[in-house]
Amino acid sequence: MELICPAGTPAAYREAVDAGADAVYCGFRDETNARNFPGLNFTRDELAASIAYGKAKGVQTYVALNTFMRAGSQKLWYKAADDAVLLGADALIVADLALMAYIVETHPQQRLHVSVQASASNADAINFLVQTFGAKRLVLPRVLTVADIAALAPKVRCELEVFAFGGLCVMAEGRCSLSSYATGLSPNMQGVCSPASHVRYREDGDEMVSELGGYTINRFGAGEPAGYPTLCKGRFHIADDEGYAFEDPVSLDVMEHLDALRDAGVTALKIEGRQRGKAYVAEVVSRLRQALDATPEQRPALLAHLRRLSEGQRTTAGAYEKKWR
Amino acid sequence: MDGRTLRITLGPVPYLWDGEAWRDFYFRIADCAWIDAVTLGEVVCSKRLHFTQPFIDAVAGRLANAGKEVSLASMAMVTLEREAMLTRRLVEASPWPVEANDLSALGLLSGRPHLVGPFVNVYNGATARMLASRGATRICLGPELPLASVVEIVGAAPQTDFEVFAFGRLPLAISARCAHARTKGNSKDNCQFVCQDDPDGLAVDTLDGQSFLTLNGVQTMSHTCQVLLAELPALQQAGVSHIRLSPQHCDMADVAEVFAAVRDGQIDPGEGEARLHAIYPGVPFSNGFHHGTVGASWISAAAQEVPA
Repeated sequence: MELICPAGTPAAYREAVDAGADAVYCGFRDETNARNFPGLNFTRDELAASIAYGKAKGVQTYVALNTFMRAGSQKLWYKAADDAVLLGADALIVADLALMAYIVETHPQQRLHVSVQASASNADAINFLVQTFGAKRLVLPRVLTVADIAALAPKVRCELEVFAFGGLCVMAEGRCSLSSYATGLSPNMQGVCSPASHVRYREDGDEMVSELGGYTINRFGAGEPAGYPTLCKGRFHIADDEGYAFEDPVSLDVMEHLDALRDAGVTALKIEGRQRGKAYVAEVVSRLRQALDATPEQRPALLAHLRRLSEGQRTTAGAYEKKWR
Repeated sequence: MDGRTLRITLGPVPYLWDGEAWRDFYFRIADCAWIDAVTLGEVVCSKRLHFTQPFIDAVAGRLANAGKEVSLASMAMVTLEREAMLTRRLVEASPWPVEANDLSALGLLSGRPHLVGPFVNVYNGATARMLASRGATRICLGPELPLASVVEIVGAAPQTDFEVFAFGRLPLAISARCAHARTKGNSKDNCQFVCQDDPDGLAVDTLDGQSFLTLNGVQTMSHTCQVLLAELPALQQAGVSHIRLSPQHCDMADVAEVFAAVRDGQIDPGEGEARLHAIYPGVPFSNGFHHGTVGASWISAAAQEVPA
């Protein structure tokens, strides 16, 4: 299986290449991609230099253009696609149907990957995208079990890529407007979720309160580490209970299912984390590279170390295991 | 004004209601003169289907006999083989036009007339035009879209009807996991249909007691009810042809009457708003998405008149 690694900066790109990535994915410095954070992402020149660095080492570059084109501003996305093709991207990762259509018409030779944001979660949906736009690969939403994926793979006419490690969307990707409900800014439209610009921490007696858009997302007691207020990983009050209503502050780790995913027919494993620093990227990529190449017996020792890098130091296999539902 | 009157549609009941209550709700809707079209079906969770399935033919027939345009919605998220089969069967065998709510239904419906529901991402005119060329006759836009986008999209596909979500709690997210079942200590696979206990959803408050969200099975909705009343002239001017009322656990025939009265200029939006508060009490209203801001926010009609 290929290892697809994140890069939010040229430095992280080089670390990912050097640490053993098969491909690196990245985006331009604007709302055309779903990690539109301040100080992150690539200028055209940076992407050109990075692609050259990758090519010299036999590593592919995927460019994420995975937000939905804002009505009336489609040119921004079309130009980003044109530039990515011109600069030599090996694949474009796309969610918007009209952007897929544009790429097929304008750059018929360009390899197209369907983003997780497109939310194609079954064989008919996937084959529709393959047939209509010639998609070569599809990134599966985090809503399927390993068994579901194994049942799906023989029915689809393209490669499948799955998220294996890093941040975990609890909600089906590309279909969530929780963030814009609280802040006005959403993954689909602005490429951000629970944006830092709308985060506030305040002390209330002994407790630290984290807020998003004025809504309390969590309260932390003295000595409890205060986490980032990602909306779907907050603590809420429901009926007579208080707790993590949707998901605990955990991150995704499906490395225990590596062989099952390979047997299921998965082509590529994706690491989330374009917002992460280069040291994190280097560490995660090299560990996962070793784990992929190791025997199942050698793997647990390699992965134990990796878990310490995870958000809140707790991980889940998420929807890949049936009991998570 | 282009002379076309905004038509009023009723979207699918998002919640799990008892089958007979569901049937009787629609029998009342059949007698409501203000509703022009009704989209039926279970959009949120395939496990609920058997509650309404026995009544759907009777309900659709009754609505059609009353002169309503009837359509059947496909599910918003299709993951299991059983759900894929149900979607294929709906597309192949439905006696009524089908509203596509995921990409599988959209693909299966290509080349023949169909509707597109709010769970298919249509964020720009190019996408709307493409869907229209593949057979979409009416597209219900997702509630996250601001008016500026609605104007652009409708203008890009003038032959297509467009529907805008004008009343109801906002569908904000859907998950493979059932948060509703989890609150009662169950998993999705052994959910005991606990969402039936909450016919208007289950409130999610913040730890500081702010009303925030609503659980509806695997779907997360807003706590607020979106209401676009003062916005109706702008929607009509944009070329929108239909407004969608999403059923809440209140008298939806009365809700439709209020929307018709405001649309027809019989009462002003402020009075309409007051009447809606009486019909659907205890739930704050929102219209922020339409105005390109925080979805939960409410921009009053008076504030909308102030030039930017």
